[in-house]
Amino acid sequence: MSRKDDEPVHAIAEAVARRSYGKLVAFLAARSGDVAGAEDALSDAFAAALRDWPASGVPGNPEAWLMVVARRKTIDAARRRRFGDDIAPDLRLIAEELDAAATADRSIPDERLRLMFACAHPAIDAGIRAPLILQTILGFDAATIASAFLIAPATMGQRLVRAKTKIRQAGIPLRIPDPSELRERLDAVLEAIYAIFAEGWSDPAGAEARRRNLAEEGIWLGRLVVSLLPDEPEALGLVALMLHAEARRAARRDVQGDYVPLAEQDPALWNAALIDEAETLLFRASRMAAIGRYQLEAALQSAHVVRRRTGRADWPAIERIYDTLWALTGSPVVAINRAVAIAENRQAAAGLAALDAVAGDARLLDYQPYWAARAGLLARVGDWGGAEAAYQRAIGLEADPAVRRFLQRQQSLVAKPAAIGP
Amino acid sequence: MQYLLMIYTDEAAMLSQSEAETGQILAAYGAYTEAMTKAGVLLGGNRLRPTTATTTVRVADGKTQVLNGPYAETKEQLGGYFLIDVPDLDAALSWAARCPGASYGTMEVRPIWVM
Repeated sequence: MSRKDDEPVHAIAEAVARRSYGKLVAFLAARSGDVAGAEDALSDAFAAALRDWPASGVPGNPEAWLMVVARRKTIDAARRRRFGDDIAPDLRLIAEELDAAATADRSIPDERLRLMFACAHPAIDAGIRAPLILQTILGFDAATIASAFLIAPATMGQRLVRAKTKIRQAGIPLRIPDPSELRERLDAVLEAIYAIFAEGWSDPAGAEARRRNLAEEGIWLGRLVVSLLPDEPEALGLVALMLHAEARRAARRDVQGDYVPLAEQDPALWNAALIDEAETLLFRASRMAAIGRYQLEAALQSAHVVRRRTGRADWPAIERIYDTLWALTGSPVVAINRAVAIAENRQAAAGLAALDAVAGDARLLDYQPYWAARAGLLARVGDWGGAEAAYQRAIGLEADPAVRRFLQRQQSLVAKPAAIGP
Repeated sequence: MQYLLMIYTDEAAMLSQSEAETGQILAAYGAYTEAMTKAGVLLGGNRLRPTTATTTVRVADGKTQVLNGPYAETKEQLGGYFLIDVPDLDAALSWAARCPGASYGTMEVRPIWVM
């Protein structure tokens, strides 16, 4: 970003934080093995930047400035903790700090992948690995991560703290795993990258730069993994999936900024280059003959965008893929989409029955797409009252105003005339 | 970092083994201990007598209570331990996996809290 004299310092600090947070945490933690400590030191460094920069001016290399300050904080913290401890780690840190100061002009090496593999270590509880990567690499707060993972914010906060403590106390190393372990550790890393992308994807209007950057970060991290593991079909599948979704970004809103569902999007607005790249990657993955979740989800996208040539999505293929995904993941989110595909291929009642089969899952009660899908299917079987009530739930759960307006329009179509208003 | 590798096994099953089986396992432990020594990671370790030889002690309201038996009745019992010094958890886990006890019991890996 350009730096102007009149630009508020906090905006620059914010921009550096957005771009460099994970890089700085990874670099600091790779030396100390203490992720929480690195985050604390970094947040102190940002506070110092907000104090110092207005008076002394923004340094030429803000990243390096923050890193040197953060490392000094790390050493201070280590000194305070030292009682009875071996002094050697402190001396090593000090030596490294001097070394870093001498090379502060150089760019900071990107060690985010090492940090990601530490977060996805088998000694870390499986359910917290992806949230941990989101927090340490991208600086997400616990509440945002909690909403993405359908978990209560306080619970998420506690679990993140516990996981970071475990990394430090148990001595989990920040390194790329040996080739023999690399692939089995990859799943958690891919899951986190997908969650990062999905978080950026959930802001289709791109109103919030930070979120839009997340989609790009997700694709960037995916490409990084592919460059490290060129023969891993699931990594290829994930990048293909993300590129497919990214290709339709512009088509998700009409000129008024209103939400356009996939089935009604204009294929001319899809990014053909990204789709072609996604198809190439997916083809490369399929030749490795090891099917997995991400390849299946990318194949789903393929079956949808076939419409740009044939005029209709390949719904029978979509239903088959959801069947396989459902068997593979048992995810309630997959079940919702599978029900929609069933309704598309056969009758709405069959889709509704499939939806009813997962209705007992407590996680779905506060999940907007479940209620929207349910409302759509109820309307198609002529249960207007049920459809209206389900749309009401969906509207109440949606945070995006454009999607909310879309749902309200759908609701008005099924509402009894008397309920529309005066 | 220092780690305590604790070996939990079904001691009843261990005690009912034939002499030949026991000999084989002890030989495996011998080789394992030797490998750790050669790698320069072994700080100490011992085999423990069965829980029938265990006594627990606690002081409550100024009175010392002594009880026969282990702290907790479990399906598998602590049968021995090794104290090692290695760079990180991955190294500790790979040594734990090589321990003969890992193939017929469970290894618990605990970092030492340096005071």
